[in-house]
Amino acid sequence: MSGLPPVEDLKAQMQAGVPGATVKVIPNGSPSAQHSLLLDNEHAAAVALFLRDHPDLRLDFCSLVTGVDWLDTETSEKVKVKKMVDGPDGTQQETEVEETRKTRHPGYLEAVYHLFSMEKKHGPVILRLRTANRTDQTHVPSLTPVWRSCEFQEREAFDLYGIVFDGHPDLRRILMWDGFVDFPMRRDYVPPADDILATEAHR
Amino acid sequence: MADDLKELKIELSKNGIFTTTLEEIYNWGRKNSVWPLTFGLACCAIEMIATTMARYDLARFGAEVFRPSPRQADLIIVSGTVTKKMAPQVVRLYNQMPEPKYVIAMGACAISGGPFRDGYNVLRGIDRYIPVDVHIPGCPPRPEALIHAFMTLQKKIDEQALRGPDRPRHLDADQPSEFPVPAFGEHGLEPPQNLDVFHHEPGNPLKVIQ
Repeated sequence: MSGLPPVEDLKAQMQAGVPGATVKVIPNGSPSAQHSLLLDNEHAAAVALFLRDHPDLRLDFCSLVTGVDWLDTETSEKVKVKKMVDGPDGTQQETEVEETRKTRHPGYLEAVYHLFSMEKKHGPVILRLRTANRTDQTHVPSLTPVWRSCEFQEREAFDLYGIVFDGHPDLRRILMWDGFVDFPMRRDYVPPADDILATEAHR
Repeated sequence: MADDLKELKIELSKNGIFTTTLEEIYNWGRKNSVWPLTFGLACCAIEMIATTMARYDLARFGAEVFRPSPRQADLIIVSGTVTKKMAPQVVRLYNQMPEPKYVIAMGACAISGGPFRDGYNVLRGIDRYIPVDVHIPGCPPRPEALIHAFMTLQKKIDEQALRGPDRPRHLDADQPSEFPVPAFGEHGLEPPQNLDVFHHEPGNPLKVIQ
């Protein structure tokens, strides 16, 4: 179906078309092989315009915007370290000891865009934008100025995940009410324990 | 009614004399003209609509006139998922109905939250805010189940004594006819339930007292 170039070529085209933009291919190992393209937030709007207006691509329709919540992760690796250890005879000896080192990777929120071309009848091209973290720097640029159809869906991602879309014309909650403060689709969301019937027997 | 009066009534009817009481004829009229509110929330509403159409024909029970205004309705069929955002509107509609008024909670969602019970956005049963007369389980309940609930409600209306401690709410000045509308809070609805309506037995969370 797709008359699109492979993602690697697409990435090269995007980087050539928008000077300074960095695009990273995120491979999808499943049989669908829908690889996606991670944009840098600074050039995202320019890259989006490039994809929309390029005569061979003409990705004129954004069919879907969604959010993904990636929690903070911790990886541990075993490292062999040389250490001075008291030997059995009381003298100090140099031995190799295994240590586990834990590294913390900060989580982030992700906005995912699925693009199609009505004119060329091809697609999808999948774009990702990432926030710096999940707590205080949750900004990504809005692509609503490029594709009007993103407006409500970006509002939904803002409502349920707390992704703030800079440049969105009307960023308000869309499903929950205005006074609501939580982001219920985040993976660490805990619903209020206000139910008098919510006991062990009922869960 | 006392038993000897009942026997007298039967004896008189055998001789072609029809007698009644004001209570009987009043309740007979009420139970056969229960007009529901035109109101549906989710897929249960489709079953409710099907119940009113030719195949199941709710008109047989005097309930064919779905009123588009709560001011003219006697019954609200809460047919479907009550989201937390919708719950204040449901309570408000109920408050706008004149007494005597009745509530049927139709389907798993309306009676308990159903499959969405543990979600962030669904009320765990409309009986937390308004008094429900008949609960129908099912997802969604078939039209027969709604008709059964309707007949149960008719029986309930028919058996209401107009005097005494068990008299219906509209004849008891001390009973409320409106219930507080929940407000949108920072994390959910406030209050999460109206304890004047939602009676439960402490220590036995599965038992709800009517």
